[in-house]
Amino acid sequence: MNSLFQIIARHRVLASTAFLAIFPFIMPYEALAINILIFGLFAMGFNLLFGYMGLLSFGHAAFLGIGSYFTGIAIVHYGVPWAAAILIGIVGAAIGGLMMGFLAIRTRGIYFSMVTLALGQIVYYIFYKAESFTGGENGLRGVRVDTFNIFGIPVDFLNPLVKYYIILFFVVIAIWLISRILNSPLGAVMEAIRENEKRAAACGFDVAKTKLLVFVLSAAICGLAGSLRALHLSIVPIDSLHYLQSGQAVMMSILGGMGTFFGPFIGAAVMLYLEDVVTTFTKHWMAVVGLVFMFFVLFFPKGIWGTILSRLHIGRGSK
Amino acid sequence: MNSATTTPILEARNVSKSFGKFKALQNISTSFMPGTLTAIIGPNGAGKSTFFNVLSGAFPPSSGQILFNGKDITGLQQHEFARTGISKSFQITNVFKQLTVHENVRVAAQMETARYNFIRNAQSYAEPIDLADQLLRRVNLEHLRNKKTGDLAHGQQRALEIAMALACNPNLLLLDEPTAGMSPEETLVMMDLIKTLANERTVILVEHKMKLIMGLCKRIIVLHHGEFLAEGTPEEIQNNAEVRRVYLGQG
Repeated sequence: MNSLFQIIARHRVLASTAFLAIFPFIMPYEALAINILIFGLFAMGFNLLFGYMGLLSFGHAAFLGIGSYFTGIAIVHYGVPWAAAILIGIVGAAIGGLMMGFLAIRTRGIYFSMVTLALGQIVYYIFYKAESFTGGENGLRGVRVDTFNIFGIPVDFLNPLVKYYIILFFVVIAIWLISRILNSPLGAVMEAIRENEKRAAACGFDVAKTKLLVFVLSAAICGLAGSLRALHLSIVPIDSLHYLQSGQAVMMSILGGMGTFFGPFIGAAVMLYLEDVVTTFTKHWMAVVGLVFMFFVLFFPKGIWGTILSRLHIGRGSK
Repeated sequence: MNSATTTPILEARNVSKSFGKFKALQNISTSFMPGTLTAIIGPNGAGKSTFFNVLSGAFPPSSGQILFNGKDITGLQQHEFARTGISKSFQITNVFKQLTVHENVRVAAQMETARYNFIRNAQSYAEPIDLADQLLRRVNLEHLRNKKTGDLAHGQQRALEIAMALACNPNLLLLDEPTAGMSPEETLVMMDLIKTLANERTVILVEHKMKLIMGLCKRIIVLHHGEFLAEGTPEEIQNNAEVRRVYLGQG
């Protein structure tokens, strides 16, 4: 058991790819699997900033939303091919991250959270008001991707399983990138800043610049999640930008284990699966999810994956 | 004497620092020559730590100048101080507790080679890894290489801080009460380490315990109530009537 988890922790990209390849067959239906895939990525991108660098942003819905809307607008209004539209979504979110990060990283702690929340709300308002582009309250409809060819092979994007694997392709690239970031010199600096900002600065690291860089990387990954969501839903609902989405990223990260690689993804899977199961019994699914969340915060503060790792003594200082 | 040895490595010119109405430092001017070991002492509240923070770049002075090798560095940020070659250790231990011992030093050592690279594997940078191992041997922590830093004893964390401060290969090393909270045995080891460090580079150290530094350095600066009180050899300081009154007299 222990060695299995150690192998998973060591070959994390391979392990997650293998698991996600069979994931839709474990789930009750493909749309739920896709949803988990997208929100898992969203939470992982958020965790880069929150879990690994210790900055609690309450504005990350902005990047999910910008990713969705930019991709959607590119397809609906400009007829851009879907793959290029994804890129536009990522770049848009990264630019949004640069702007929000530039304003927010000057603040610390609760003020950082409040500033990001406020800026996130501004983004919500802008997209809400730009009705001719975004559809306002009704959302942006008609983000249609049907059949397309990859190297001459026709691919049916309307087939849920095919759609899952197309989206998985992008998610795996992002997971690989996140793993690279964490193993890189910057990954170590990020954690150093989380642990002790003063010391990191005394070592010669420009704390503000590093924070901004990670903020942008995190925003770009969350933007990709948003882009994929637009393709998945073929509509961009205005709730993509709602601060509840930001809160969801926080909850998923904590539930699964903040500052762990798989934690946020597991948190996303548990929350969305619970939501799906509980809504068949009662519309008050949020109460049930809330109780589960509270249970974990009180008794397993390291989250699901974090608790497994520490019980098995996997991680730093035991290799 | 050539000019290289006559330019002080660090110079404070008329440095003052106020916090609101409180004047923590008043008009202090002094300089430190390359290759020397100097101690800054004074009773509690003398302004030692404020002076240390100004010299090491934690915050700028309210007025006055700091010069490094003759160049004005007043107002530069903390990380810019580190990059010009001024490294420091803190009075209260500041290490990266969730990281391993080796990672702590490696992060500090990679400052020159890789600050923002987020794609290459950190394990592929041999230089910072080797330097970190070398420094851990130097402070006798190599056997704890892969331990989580938060699990280390206090004295070991202090030694780790020295290794981290050395990792950017500084020309000037500033140490704020390096033996604070250490056992007598640990203190002796630390003092020996500081002695050998002082053979390689300029060291300025702030210390509360006067006895410790008497045998260690040739020059002592005494602060009192934020003002410059005296400077001289350990003997001169011990025999200085005013120093005895404000400092030694307290027992």
